[in-house]
Amino acid sequence: MNSISNLAAKFRTCPVTGLKVDRTAENLIKVNAVVAVVCLLLGAVAALLIVLTRWQAVHLLPAEWYYRLLTSHGLNMLIFFIIFFEMAVLYFAGPVLLNCRLPAPKLGWVNFGLMVIGMIMVNTMVYTGKADVTFTSYPPLMADPMYYLGIILFAVGALLVTFQFMATLVVAKKEKTYEGSIPLVVFGALTANIIAIITLLHGALIFIPAFLWSLGLMNMDPQIYRLVFWGLGHSSQQINVAAHVAIWYLLAGLTCGGVVLSEKVSRAAYVLYILFISMASAHHLLVDPGFGPAWKVWNTSYAMYLAVLASMIHGFTVPAGVEMGLRLRGYTNGLFEWLRKAPWGDPGFSGMALSVVIFGFMGGITGVTIGTEQINIIAHNTLRIPGHFHVTVVGGTALAFMAVTYYVLPLIFQKRVAFWGLAKLQPYLFGIGISIMGMGMIFQGIFGVPRRHWDITFSGALFPVEFHPAVTFFQAVMGIGGIIAFTGALAFILIAVVTVFFGKTVTEADLKSGASGLPQGVLKLPPQVHTGAHVVKAHETGARGTVVLVGIFFVCFVLYYFTNWKILSFLWKVG
Amino acid sequence: MSDNSMHSGIVSPKGIWWVPAAPQERKWVIVAFIWCMILFAMMPLWHLRGGQNPSGIRAKVSAADYEARVNRFIEEHKVGEDKGVPIVAPPPGSDVYLLGRMWSWSPILKLKKDTEYTLHLSSVDLNHGFSLYPVNINFQVVPGYDYGLKVTPSKAGEFSIICNEFCGIGHHLMVGKVIVEE
Ligand code: HEM
Ligand SMILES: [Cu+2]
Repeated sequence: MNSISNLAAKFRTCPVTGLKVDRTAENLIKVNAVVAVVCLLLGAVAALLIVLTRWQAVHLLPAEWYYRLLTSHGLNMLIFFIIFFEMAVLYFAGPVLLNCRLPAPKLGWVNFGLMVIGMIMVNTMVYTGKADVTFTSYPPLMADPMYYLGIILFAVGALLVTFQFMATLVVAKKEKTYEGSIPLVVFGALTANIIAIITLLHGALIFIPAFLWSLGLMNMDPQIYRLVFWGLGHSSQQINVAAHVAIWYLLAGLTCGGVVLSEKVSRAAYVLYILFISMASAHHLLVDPGFGPAWKVWNTSYAMYLAVLASMIHGFTVPAGVEMGLRLRGYTNGLFEWLRKAPWGDPGFSGMALSVVIFGFMGGITGVTIGTEQINIIAHNTLRIPGHFHVTVVGGTALAFMAVTYYVLPLIFQKRVAFWGLAKLQPYLFGIGISIMGMGMIFQGIFGVPRRHWDITFSGALFPVEFHPAVTFFQAVMGIGGIIAFTGALAFILIAVVTVFFGKTVTEADLKSGASGLPQGVLKLPPQVHTGAHVVKAHETGARGTVVLVGIFFVCFVLYYFTNWKILSFLWKVG
Repeated sequence: MSDNSMHSGIVSPKGIWWVPAAPQERKWVIVAFIWCMILFAMMPLWHLRGGQNPSGIRAKVSAADYEARVNRFIEEHKVGEDKGVPIVAPPPGSDVYLLGRMWSWSPILKLKKDTEYTLHLSSVDLNHGFSLYPVNINFQVVPGYDYGLKVTPSKAGEFSIICNEFCGIGHHLMVGKVIVEE
């Protein structure tokens, strides 16, 4: 009797999915998600202020505060918001999806504590002006030792969470909480987790020396720092990719019963991510003096672009899985009935779909192009670079995280999503805003406008520089896009905070009556397994619509890529 | 699930799932793989055939040595001054030195069109970014390293050097100049 009531205290059963939910895991998901949103708020306020500074027509902040808030924005968005959220994803993909208990629950709180302390230390240093070094902190530029220490504490906490996730897999296997292989979504989270371990070790390898260097205890070579730093910095982007692809698969299933076309292909693609990840550092160093061409060519391509191949595979299998899921549910007419009838009013779906398109179409194409050894000459450190990563890590990762939040709120927090009408619009606001801003930045970069630059009118400089008049136009595009994206981010924060702290608890009656604030996949979970005659038919039709869509994607990719070679060939000869 | 059923990504696949993919998916993987090989081949190909490569002559150099080399270069070939910055006209085909420091580029280079020079870049303090405007050629300038790039100006006129790596509060003031004559 005692043990049963013990169990009841440890677990609850989810009324929608029927999964057993470990309460500590659930609480850790909640606190990590809440802190992630706090960091997002810090980052978003900084974003608005810096975008209004870069837009020379407004030129809001003084130089000192532009660089300080640029530092804060990079750190709070790219490191703190994203990684706290990923910790929540790991606690979800481990214990919740595998239906098992969380091993070493107390450790979870220690990790969380370390990460929060680290985050507060770093922010304190930045806002007191002791770390105006931007998030890359390239030596000899030096911050206060407490800055590096804060990053180290944060990273140690995160590293321990990844170990805890590994332990969860062992427990689930041993206690037989699932049958067969782990689901694809968990496999994706596992990929993210392995990459995270590799990444965080690189992080230790560079931030511990940087800490000692800031204390005057050792020397630091600026080029070696750049190499190892990007071993951390870029690999961490691959954590994001693996994590958001896992979320795409998750949301495809939850929102419209999207299926996995081939477990083999999707999993093999994930393994490619793991194999080539440590090479990612190179494409930040293509025009650096420390490395030769052979090293650059081999590494920037992740050994002949095999990680790109992996992304191109997911870029097909996710939409094709959605198409098949919808075809199985009866939307079989023509090429695109499934697309028209998809649940565009469900922010979980629209956010996922936009994330796939923005990441794949804009992010993927621009990224592969500017990461080409020679083409990097016309892109390095221009605004093309932030233009590119705002359509990958923001339009891709951050948007996927927002989309999944609309399912986490009812399923984990057990709350009805507040401001449901606004929630339906939010992914569009954020996704479209960030895409417009990204385009504005990319086009300015093509004209040579630098990133991380307070004043491109160069007032006060020894020699005048005047940019092409078209730059003024693209500045406005960037500014307006940025304001729209900021509005989208703020809407998300408002919805999340009000839901968590003041939202109405989901009841059985709500689920039956279809109350507002509940996405359609929560109200009526689409079938996750399909069998019968219509499946045979679907196998025959295949995903014809997706074939057309990836065809268009492919043509754009080829055109953009070779156009850039053409532009490069107009330059002075250099070599 | 080796039968005809289909499942989502949150369901544990049972039985053997290592089975051939459907034709559409297989074709896409092949197309993508071929494209990746083309992407890869383009880079070595451009080293052989193209005119723009970031290879350069690369060496370590101390800040003091580099500064001394730049000063010698200025003394030897100085032809004037603009706002206190020396203007230097090196002989065609020679080694040319540019020094980045917070927050200036020195000297001003006077080059001849369609002539090859070896342009050396380094910094004596922080990382800087060499960005030639409006040509849009960008290189990282790292203290302690000498990056010697063969350049051939293809157009006459005045060009600016912008710094595009953050180097402190005066970063936006860091502008230099290159003059190319017919
Ligand atoms: C809310 C919408 C956002 C807006 C309007 C915005 C805007 C900007 C702007 C204007 C810059 C400065 C570019 C420059 O001057 O060089 C910037 C930099 C950056 N942003 Fe964002 N951003 C947003 C969201 C995000 C998110 C969600 C992330 C990460 C997940 C992110 C990551 C970064 C990073 C890493 C930098 C580079 C900082 C640096 O150069 O040191 N941004 N952003
Ligand atoms: Cu500089």
